[in-house]
Amino acid sequence: MDFDLSKPQKLLQQSAREFFARACPPEKVRELMATGTAFDDALWRDMADQGWTGLIIPEEYGGLGLSLVDLIAVVEEMGRACLPGPFISTLWAASLIARAGSEGQRKQYLEPISMGEMKATVALLEESADWDLDAVSMRADKDGKSYRLRGRKEFVNDAAVADLIVVVARSGEDLVLLPVESGAAGLTITETPAIDATRKLYSLEFEDVEVPESSALAFTTRIREAVEEATETAMVALCAEMLGGMEWTLATTVEYARTRQQFDKPIGAYQAVQHQCADMFLMTESARSAIYYAAWAMSEKDPLAGLAGAVAKAYCSDAAREVGNRGVQVHGGIGFTWEHNLQLYYKRAKSSEILFGDAGYHRNAIARKVIDEVE
Amino acid sequence: MDLNLNPDELKFRDELRVWLSANVPAPFAGRGGEEEKGEHFEYLRAWQKKVCDAGWAGISWPKEYGGRGARLIEQAIFTEEWARAEAPQLINVLGLSLIGPTIISVGTPEQKQRFLPKILSAEEIWCQGFSEPNAGSDVASLGTKAVLDGDHFVVNGQKIWTSLAHVADWCLLLVRTDPNVPKHKGITALLVDMHSPGVTVRPLRQMTGDSSFNEVFFDNVRVPVANVLGEVNKGWSTAITTLMNERAHLGTGIYVQFKRNLDLLLERSRQIKRGGKPVSEDPVIRQKIAQAYMELEIFRLTNTRALSKMHNQSVPGPEGSILKLQWSEYNQRFQQIAMEVLGPAAQLHGFDDGQWIFNYLRTRANTIEAGTSEIQRNIVAERVLGLPKSY
Repeated sequence: MDFDLSKPQKLLQQSAREFFARACPPEKVRELMATGTAFDDALWRDMADQGWTGLIIPEEYGGLGLSLVDLIAVVEEMGRACLPGPFISTLWAASLIARAGSEGQRKQYLEPISMGEMKATVALLEESADWDLDAVSMRADKDGKSYRLRGRKEFVNDAAVADLIVVVARSGEDLVLLPVESGAAGLTITETPAIDATRKLYSLEFEDVEVPESSALAFTTRIREAVEEATETAMVALCAEMLGGMEWTLATTVEYARTRQQFDKPIGAYQAVQHQCADMFLMTESARSAIYYAAWAMSEKDPLAGLAGAVAKAYCSDAAREVGNRGVQVHGGIGFTWEHNLQLYYKRAKSSEILFGDAGYHRNAIARKVIDEVE
Repeated sequence: MDLNLNPDELKFRDELRVWLSANVPAPFAGRGGEEEKGEHFEYLRAWQKKVCDAGWAGISWPKEYGGRGARLIEQAIFTEEWARAEAPQLINVLGLSLIGPTIISVGTPEQKQRFLPKILSAEEIWCQGFSEPNAGSDVASLGTKAVLDGDHFVVNGQKIWTSLAHVADWCLLLVRTDPNVPKHKGITALLVDMHSPGVTVRPLRQMTGDSSFNEVFFDNVRVPVANVLGEVNKGWSTAITTLMNERAHLGTGIYVQFKRNLDLLLERSRQIKRGGKPVSEDPVIRQKIAQAYMELEIFRLTNTRALSKMHNQSVPGPEGSILKLQWSEYNQRFQQIAMEVLGPAAQLHGFDDGQWIFNYLRTRANTIEAGTSEIQRNIVAERVLGLPKSY
């Protein structure tokens, strides 16, 4: 038994840490957040060269074919660097295509995603802002050999930079997954400026966007399960990213508490400050336990993996925010400034808390499994 | 990451599972919390004897001392199987998990031979005399004195919060043998016969109404020099050995008990109706129960992680230092949730044998015993995060 990253996984993580420290320092994050898309093509291609855009994509589609645990080892480092851009969105879409796409569709999309030539996202939420798939109501009506998408999708991450948007819509009673290319006629993408400028949100309007029936990702009849599993994959990766952010905030705060002097002593010698830091450590390590386990359970296809994922996201959602709160408090005034990099991580923690459902949403999921599903 | 068990571990698990299914006794009637008294005590002592005879007591101890030389993963399996089988706890817990291992690591051959077998069989029950009225978190400032008189130490002083002292036959006692040196350097660890003349045990009544720990008074108690554990004036390092065992072991057994409490609460939440519907359908209660489930699960996982780190690298990792905080603070939150789920009946001593009200009160001690939450946070801040010492 080994409840830890393996040696190769640690090496992979170390190289990712060095890569992002070099390629994505805070100045780069600030530069990108000031752009319209928070995306840097050269950085993305460098990541693709490392194989990370196709890390869990099977080798037959140009990926590395590694496990979800390998993936989170890398994504943790993306979180430590507060990496801007569409990594999680693309992972989400790719995971969906891998589960619901035909052989041809997998080749068509997963190969360029692996190569770093295609970015993608998933359009799921609507005005109801409900992560439950039952809430999907956007119409995809059949019209001869095509679907016609009409309506709006909200809170879509990275839509302006995505080459492909997988739209979750409803045809009759059924969920349909329709890949829409970024320049599709009738699609209007509008940025909705939000708290986290490093991962931008968009509102999408579909006015009769036509998608051929043959393009639908309908290789499986278990569309709902495919969306759920793909979302869980992206969600546990997001949790790992949150963990990296927590680690950055903890390390930065501890360093500050060691050096900042008041009343002729480092503030870290005062227990009131020490205990804030200890709590940040407790939350960070608790999150790690939950995330590593969820990733492992998912990679092992454990029947309780969904519950483990809900536990991880419920915990990380609150913990990432709270670690940020404590970090700002220990820093005092400087921690509240635009100049200090804490704000980047603080805002990312809030957007990540919301993405894929917050703690309350996932506690509901846990409750359904542990209270209602009695063996 | 690989949480699968290897073939040896699976074999160990299956062997234990078979034994437990054939041997776990019917539960003792009445609530928990008074394990150290009367018939319940005898029930538990008999259970440990049976466990010992079958070779399942002190599994982590080396084979030469009657254990199985079980590695940490097997200890974790042991705990999980114990939970699954709803087997009673082992009564001589301090002897098995703290004092026995300390004797094994620093005791003389005579001490090992004399004491270890009877710890395993629960023939002799052990307590641990560390805390004093004026030496709580700062244990090293203890004042109970031992003065050499021929081949005996003469002990005078007082210990407090001593669990099991009222049934204990022996005590691992920390005493001051040199008052003229820095406090850590004048302490000696003694193995004291609790039946010696001059030992008086006075049970302390807790807010639960029970008396499971005690004050222990030592009035000219004579302890043979042969009963020094480790070296004279090196008792602090003996104590650290013990406390390291405490940190390593206490997390494991606790999950068992907590999971059972949570499962029972889930059952009650489906039975108790409020507003014509089971409480388990109340959205606020559901959020709270889910939060409790999540916290307990994360404690289980962190505990497994800490065990795996020690198992593979033989040194405790930093995650071990948060286990005490996790379980003690979880349990306080959980018992409050239980009160809310159960409603007005929760306050009755007659409801579920009064176990909920007992647990609710008992958890107040969780963040005090075995290192207060404040001390735990100091340890994390200073030893793990490297912040400057605050005292």
